[in-house]
Amino acid sequence: MKIEVKELSKKYRDKNALHQISFTLDEPKIYGLLGRNGAGKTTFMEILSGQILASSGEVLINGENPFDNQKLTQSICLIKEGQNFKKDLKVKHVLKIYSYFYPKWDEELAQELIREYNLNLHAKVKTLSKGMESALGIIVGLASKAPITVFDEPYIGLDAAARKKFYEILLEEYEAEKRTIIFSTHLIDEVSLLFEEVLIFQEGSLVLKEEAELLRNNTYAVSGTIEEVEAFIQDKEVIQKKQLAGMMTAYVYGEKQEAKNQGLNVEGIPIQDLMIYLTDRKGA
Amino acid sequence: MKNALDDNRPIFLQIKEQIEDSIINDSVKAGERVPSTNEFAAYYKINPATAAKGINELVAEEILFKRRGVGMFVTENAKEILIEKRKKTFYENFIQPLKEEAKKLRINSEELIEMMKREENEE
Repeated sequence: MKIEVKELSKKYRDKNALHQISFTLDEPKIYGLLGRNGAGKTTFMEILSGQILASSGEVLINGENPFDNQKLTQSICLIKEGQNFKKDLKVKHVLKIYSYFYPKWDEELAQELIREYNLNLHAKVKTLSKGMESALGIIVGLASKAPITVFDEPYIGLDAAARKKFYEILLEEYEAEKRTIIFSTHLIDEVSLLFEEVLIFQEGSLVLKEEAELLRNNTYAVSGTIEEVEAFIQDKEVIQKKQLAGMMTAYVYGEKQEAKNQGLNVEGIPIQDLMIYLTDRKGA
Repeated sequence: MKNALDDNRPIFLQIKEQIEDSIINDSVKAGERVPSTNEFAAYYKINPATAAKGINELVAEEILFKRRGVGMFVTENAKEILIEKRKKTFYENFIQPLKEEAKKLRINSEELIEMMKREENEE
């Protein structure tokens, strides 16, 4: 499904949660939506899922607005970091309700994952631990088979082994049937290899949208003496720089080869670090 | 097989290099099957499109060929092609850094050559 975001803004009182964001997601891919706290990620995902209204601008999914549009929202599943389900429902009732709502619901997968994560079908949501509740969210998100599945920090309380399991099943499902998966998390180093494309939000704006592989290829850290590095980065797009004891490291966009040819020390930048440097930039 | 990939270098290149290394050191031979896109994706938890890109480049370079419905296999000439390719980058990848370090340490060319010979004699 095609997602078009056009000059999307959302204001809460006097604060701009989103400010005139525009971009398009054409294809079913795994997208990483990254940014610091308060960057507007959750607001965006809620508008995309038709749960709240924009202040101005719009999100169109295959040309239609998702708000109050059941025909569309049954193709979108948003799993948030908590409070996805009513506290008094039993696990089996949660599954039942979602199976009615999502036409492509995969009951077999849901049951398999319930066993995998050791959930008790008869337990009420309010009796589940944080990790168990997150597991239920993950199960619903995966089993919904919604063409647009959005995970907003879905695994509070889940231990490393359970998260790893989640990545495995997510990939299996994605391989079996391509769908748009938007994944927002702070545990970037764990999942960055899953992303095909990365979007970085900062203070309500989109600061970067790029294929993950291009980012790995076209950003680098160059180190050397302050004079060498300063001379090299004069005509470059510099993300950030730091210095210590006469040496300098600059984080730069562009071709690595030029820096290598000049005998400077060149290293790639992990996506997690890139996000930090990008969003640290003052007045970006 | 490497245990994990680096997030600071294109993943498709790392997949490509791994397959190349396995062919060069004979752990997969001509006519044998290499892991599929999905096998790589599952093993390393990487995006399948990324794994596919690495494999497809090797197909384009005639290192691998596809048997429909069966998988990817190593071509007859794969090892020779790869050795030729690696030779071309040997100078810049290995000799150049060696010379740079030597220069920093004030080791001149004669001394370098002397060291190389010494290494050979010890083997």
